[in-house]
Amino acid sequence: MTKAEIASTLDCRGLLCPIPIIKLSKAVKGVEVGAVIEMLATDPGSVPDMEAFEKQTGHRVLDRTEANGVFRFLVQRAK
Amino acid sequence: MIDDEKKTKRLALVASKGTLDMAYPPLIMASTAAAMGWEAGIFFTFYGLNILDRDKLDRLKVAPLGNPAAPPPLAAVPLGVPTFLGALPGMTGIATAMMKSWMRKAKMPSIRELLDMCLEGDVQLFACATTMGVMGVKQEQLIQGAKCAGATTFLSYAADADVSLFI
Repeated sequence: MTKAEIASTLDCRGLLCPIPIIKLSKAVKGVEVGAVIEMLATDPGSVPDMEAFEKQTGHRVLDRTEANGVFRFLVQRAK
Repeated sequence: MIDDEKKTKRLALVASKGTLDMAYPPLIMASTAAAMGWEAGIFFTFYGLNILDRDKLDRLKVAPLGNPAAPPPLAAVPLGVPTFLGALPGMTGIATAMMKSWMRKAKMPSIRELLDMCLEGDVQLFACATTMGVMGVKQEQLIQGAKCAGATTFLSYAADADVSLFI
């Protein structure tokens, strides 16, 4: 996924549950269907939480990577 | 089947405690549920009603007395403190200040901020009518958005819930 295809970036580094999911939910509502949001987080709980978010909302987690303790998720708005 | 899958999920919580540490879990659960597109409602009963009280919600406290999980007030002292010392004057204030400081350091929202997030997510805030009557709490004392309701209303709401928890 190239940078050009990312509609917006949400920096949740240093934030704990429930803030990243609340911010992500707002961010998803702010982009077009099909658009991709890049989300950065440091909370290890965000890994299972993002899987649950995908399962519950239908928005797709296209990619998940980790580097130096920072998790990067690409989330695509489904509807 | 398809209709079942499309049905919006619902979370129904009872918040029965009025200490700072016990105010966080129901608000975190409900705001998260709302962020996932669920319906969520919290029934604030007995001391839990303090979470909706305009004047009390910013001053909820942590009780160190009878709470063996409370850390020692002096972080520099590695020894545990006997729990009965929590009865000393000022210990509740110290325990409360400590938790507030952890929350600030972790960039966690305050109770008021979490309540705002819940309201933004259309979380229903039910104020237990019986508690209001027993403790003499008037609607004007509660934050905007709180609805006075009895157990009947909550049980009817919870009957259609997918997840129900008592906190």
